[in-house]
Amino acid sequence: MSGKERDTHSGTETTGHEWDGIKELNTPLPRWWLIVFYACIVWAFAYWIVMPAWPTFNGYTHGLLDHSQRENVAAAVNALKMQRHAHESQLATASLQRIQNDPDLQQFALAEGRSLFGDNCAPCHGSGGQGAHGYPNLNDDVWLWGGKLEDIQHSITVGVRSTIADTRQSQMPAFGHDKILSDSQIDDVTEFVVSIAGRPADQARVHRATKLFADNCAACHGASGHGDRTMGAPNLTDTDWLYGSTRADIRDQIWFGHGGVMPTWAGRLTPEEIKSLAVYVHSLGGGE
Amino acid sequence: MQAVSEKPFRPDLVAVPVVLLLGTVFALIEVAKSPDPLMVIQAWTFLACMLGISTFFLRRYAVGLPDEESGPYVNDVVKAGVIASMFWGIVGMLVGVVIALQLAFPHIFYFSNFPFTNFGRLRPLHTSAVIFAFGGNVLIATSFYVVQRTCHARLAGGSWAWFVFWGYQTFIVLAGTGYLLGITQGREYAEPEWYVDIWLTIVWVAYLFVFLATLWKRREPHIYVANWFYLSFIVTIAMLHIVNNLAMPVSLLQTKSFSLFSGVQDALIQWWYGHNAVGFFLTAGFLAIMYYFIPKRAERPVYSYRLSIVHFWTLIFIYIYIWAGPHHLLYTALPEWAQTLGMTFSIMLWMPSWGGMINGLMTLSGAWDKLRTDPVLRMLVASVAFYGMATFEGPVMSVKAVNALSHYTDWTIGHVHSGALGWVGFVSFGAIYCLVPWLWKRKSLYSLRLVEWHFWVSTLGIVFYITSMWVAGIMQGLMWRAYNDFGFLEYSFVETVAAMHPYYIIRALGGILYLAGTVIMVYNLWRTIRGGVSVAGESAALNQTLSVQGA
Repeated sequence: MSGKERDTHSGTETTGHEWDGIKELNTPLPRWWLIVFYACIVWAFAYWIVMPAWPTFNGYTHGLLDHSQRENVAAAVNALKMQRHAHESQLATASLQRIQNDPDLQQFALAEGRSLFGDNCAPCHGSGGQGAHGYPNLNDDVWLWGGKLEDIQHSITVGVRSTIADTRQSQMPAFGHDKILSDSQIDDVTEFVVSIAGRPADQARVHRATKLFADNCAACHGASGHGDRTMGAPNLTDTDWLYGSTRADIRDQIWFGHGGVMPTWAGRLTPEEIKSLAVYVHSLGGGE
Repeated sequence: MQAVSEKPFRPDLVAVPVVLLLGTVFALIEVAKSPDPLMVIQAWTFLACMLGISTFFLRRYAVGLPDEESGPYVNDVVKAGVIASMFWGIVGMLVGVVIALQLAFPHIFYFSNFPFTNFGRLRPLHTSAVIFAFGGNVLIATSFYVVQRTCHARLAGGSWAWFVFWGYQTFIVLAGTGYLLGITQGREYAEPEWYVDIWLTIVWVAYLFVFLATLWKRREPHIYVANWFYLSFIVTIAMLHIVNNLAMPVSLLQTKSFSLFSGVQDALIQWWYGHNAVGFFLTAGFLAIMYYFIPKRAERPVYSYRLSIVHFWTLIFIYIYIWAGPHHLLYTALPEWAQTLGMTFSIMLWMPSWGGMINGLMTLSGAWDKLRTDPVLRMLVASVAFYGMATFEGPVMSVKAVNALSHYTDWTIGHVHSGALGWVGFVSFGAIYCLVPWLWKRKSLYSLRLVEWHFWVSTLGIVFYITSMWVAGIMQGLMWRAYNDFGFLEYSFVETVAAMHPYYIIRALGGILYLAGTVIMVYNLWRTIRGGVSVAGESAALNQTLSVQGA
């Protein structure tokens, strides 16, 4: 404890206290600091006067403006609905073909479809509709259930293996898992599928599998393996493979008979929104 | 008299073993009876901690009282705190780097067979490790050091200080392993479950006791400003921790509990806790560090005693901080009046926060030239500058119109890290660089050049981190609210995620640089403690003068 002294550098008096060699100057509060602090307080009081601010026993002080976030949100949502209204009501009555051919309506549908696609479809089909292992690519011309506007609209509406009665439905048997075919028979059928896809294959096995394919696969995939869209059975002779193109992938698919699920969007999206989505997906590149 | 003073009665040497024994009994009951496999793992962990601490106490006290505990100051527990701080700092920052990389490349260090590698479990591990394990140990260690020097009194309570230290490490281990096992209350920054919360409460009360009792027996007429801040931090954190964690366990043998609050009240309590954890843990506590170490290192008096009083009481007594929590819940179900209060009090908080910055920076007047030669002082001053920046950015972000854009974006993450890396990290590093030569009685640090490297590498890391998050956050906010001419959202969520990718990489790089700086520091401290002081040119003379004050 030394008495009050003056700091040689600043000429300011110290408080006269000392802790472990640390002293304190008696510098007054900086003016600008005090002014800004008071200004913030004044501003806060002003804000409380005009805006909802303090709780009371049976409510709160509404402020001069009686501002309400909830009303603002409702108004903003309404404004957006009004902005979309004219086009949306046209969508309700227009056929898919008309939407496609009316440039103004088509632009609206594409904008709506793109927005809906990103938030509803992209998680499985990819942000650009490029698909992934087990999730169909929507940019190409390969369609399990058809690529016309109406086909796409129907697929979105009812889904595939979804929870509603009139869903698109197909089920490839799990030939290995359920012991319908033996291990070596599945190897043979794998070679057969490789051969009809136009790739070099073990001819002895292909020969042995000819009858197996006709008995077990042709009912859905067709005698030549070109598939059948009415049953969602893919074409086996092209180069597009939902579950992979290697022998191991093909064998795995015959063994387990994988089939994905797409939910029904009826009820979640309005019929107008589904129309917009159909037009958008159709426009991605593979629409028929 | 002489004989009596050699063997004084030490009530703490009865009380602490009783607490440890009770902990051991509790752990044994859980191990034997709990039907919850996760609780059994936690109980075994707790049991190991209790036995470990008991062994420590036996080895320290069985053969006689350590000389230190009848000397002027105790230092061993502070040394332990410094080592623990650096250990947890490295762990926490490393986990931070991992999760930053996971955000940029989701498959890095993620194995679906090992759920603990999931971002959701690693993220609280990172936040708790850097805030509570690193930050908490820095606060406990420095407070034990500072309160003794500024009160001119040995730490009160004898071995209670060691109980606080080891008890706190036990809390960290239980909380951290709990997160990895998937045990969480789901409350941000308050994730540990009820039994860990109770343990922390016990430790914290012991901490408060040690600190208050030391203040009580001080041999200085006045209480130094750093101690006001330490005390307010300890008291407020106790209150926040207890209220936010009020919960009913499903059973005393299970980990799960349910909060006493629900709905929007729950959210408000959580953010009342969450914001004030920032306000009192990461601000008040570290301002205490600033108030001791900056004047000490700069060898200048504190700029303004009056400012320290005014900004302390405006920060704390008016409880401005306590009101700021609702700014985390703008535009939610929280009533609009509560949002208004959260926002306006946050604005009023600006100048009280800056009071600390002014006092920290202006203390340098008359010693600015030292910034050129002393990288430790430069680190301390840079921390105050980051503090000033973050405490300006905070009120700005609490303005509803700004928050409408910034909320839920990575701008918030950038804001937090300018405070965490720039302020909390740097002020801690500066304090530890001062403490290590003082505590281990070394002439100086091993190398000031390495401190230079640490300073610049970490500063570059911070710049990468916060600038990338500003750009990313504002971009993200603008993309979320962009509408096209027809009134539809311009971007889907996944497109905004894809747009973040390059910024996430820059952020991860920033984190790696910051971690690299800390690794340099650990090496430097280790060489300092080992005793190999390098005397290189002009820095030697400076080092010498600086080390004298700590003796």
